[in-house]
Amino acid sequence: MAKAKDIIKLIQKKHKKAIIEAEEFRGDPVVKVKKEKLIEVCEYLIKEKKLAYNLLVDVTAVDFLPYKRTPRFDVVYILVSIDNEHRLILKTEVDEGEKVPSVYHLWKSANFPERETYDMFGIEFEGHPDLRRLLMWPGYEYHPLRKDFPTKGYDFDEKWDPETIKENVIQY
Amino acid sequence: MAAERKWKLHFGPHHPSTHGVLRIELELEGEKVVKATPIIGQLHRGIEKIAEDFTFHQAIPLTDRLDYTAASLNNLGYVLAVEKLLGIEVPKRAQYLRVIISELSRIMGHHLWIGSAALDLGAMTVVFYAFADREIIMECIEAASGGRLTPTYMRIGGVAKDVDEKFIEKVKYFVDMFPEKIDGYETLLTDNIIWRQRNEDLAVISYDEAINLGLTGAVGRASGVNYDVRKAFPYSSYEDFDFEVPVGTKGDAFDRYMCRMEEFRQSTRIIKQAIENLPDGPVMADIPFLNPPQEKVRTDIDALIRRFKFVLEGFHAPKGEVYQSVEGSKGELGFYLYSDGGSKPYRCKIKSPCYIHVSALPEMIEGYMISDIITAIGGLDIVLGEIDR
Repeated sequence: MAKAKDIIKLIQKKHKKAIIEAEEFRGDPVVKVKKEKLIEVCEYLIKEKKLAYNLLVDVTAVDFLPYKRTPRFDVVYILVSIDNEHRLILKTEVDEGEKVPSVYHLWKSANFPERETYDMFGIEFEGHPDLRRLLMWPGYEYHPLRKDFPTKGYDFDEKWDPETIKENVIQY
Repeated sequence: MAAERKWKLHFGPHHPSTHGVLRIELELEGEKVVKATPIIGQLHRGIEKIAEDFTFHQAIPLTDRLDYTAASLNNLGYVLAVEKLLGIEVPKRAQYLRVIISELSRIMGHHLWIGSAALDLGAMTVVFYAFADREIIMECIEAASGGRLTPTYMRIGGVAKDVDEKFIEKVKYFVDMFPEKIDGYETLLTDNIIWRQRNEDLAVISYDEAINLGLTGAVGRASGVNYDVRKAFPYSSYEDFDFEVPVGTKGDAFDRYMCRMEEFRQSTRIIKQAIENLPDGPVMADIPFLNPPQEKVRTDIDALIRRFKFVLEGFHAPKGEVYQSVEGSKGELGFYLYSDGGSKPYRCKIKSPCYIHVSALPEMIEGYMISDIITAIGGLDIVLGEIDR
């Protein structure tokens, strides 16, 4: 297992301008890169033999609305190298309404996680072949994992109105 | 006969062999599947959102409800992630107890899989044998924690309580008798002509494709991906135990079955080693901000205050983010925690293995017959509670 510091150094050497910040936390490297350079860095992470991050475990996002940070979201990619047995948390920043390049063409496992991130946070992924809502139903207006969405939901304790549902029914 | 019309069929959500509320939109040419689109989200309970409103400790029972067939493994993944965030060390006895309980859970999960997958294909006998043995494991877990299906046995810093002689006896009895039972399952299925014909060369995924699609666990290993979190990133003293990781060659549904059958044996081996070498000592890390043991609370005023503080306001975790995964009964089960320095997880993302496996379902079943979908889903071993979260 390679050390986290070596991994960070290796990425810094090749993509110095792309990196916003890089640190080690509890033994895992955490690297934040610029959105424009994301695909370039990802391609390097796969190709470089010392890294070889061939398994994309998860894609998710973190909302920083309570901290009034711009850009608002962090998009997080968790990568694992099966051959070298080490992990990497790769992050990028994106503001509301902006698009992130999809990594679907590099790792097919990004399919559902990217759709879910779109569903839950409203972050659009450019180049994703089938960007629809995943867990919530089509026609739902909100993005539930945003920090301004109450845990109860907006329609808690409200009477169920069949008319509103009728509009959202998908026609096959 | 060349099919002139394309048919659309909604497979599920109430079909018994989808093992929950999974819906697949199929496009058919005759009985051949041309296009498949899995539609999930009907069991979505928003566990990630609810966890944001709970303290780190309160969120443990939520994780039981993910993969309810092997609940303790989810507990383990979550508490390990919190422990990694806090940077604390767990006593050796607690680590061994965690290994025993989680391997028992893995066997429990595989029991449900073998029973229901065989039942889907009409082999009714297996489910009775599997559930009879599952009952013995449930009794073991009940002896340790008091719960059967959702025990919530793991705690941040250790386990809920120490085990007694009764538990050790029960586990030893199970470990001794179980290898024979696995051979029994194999006589029912491995050389069963119907089982073989329906499973062999079905839903084949190659090595490169399996990695690209992110398949882990027995599904990935059947395709030759030698990746087991217990070996690659050892946690909870797994490096102490001697066990092998079964790897398949063809990547079809039958290889997945064979991998899981071998996992039954390897898990039994791990439990045997753990129960024989169970070290003495405390089962909870003695750390000021964590929950003090029950006996201390009754005699020591300081411990009582600690208990109150722990329950009412929780503890403040350091700022940072961690990803910790365990080898679940279905594949790599991971927890990504982001902490902003408060007592609640600012963001808790659950990476469930079945979720990724369902996204790979179109690649597996397109081009096969409609009845093969049932076999393919059976081979994937999906649990909808984990997919929809």
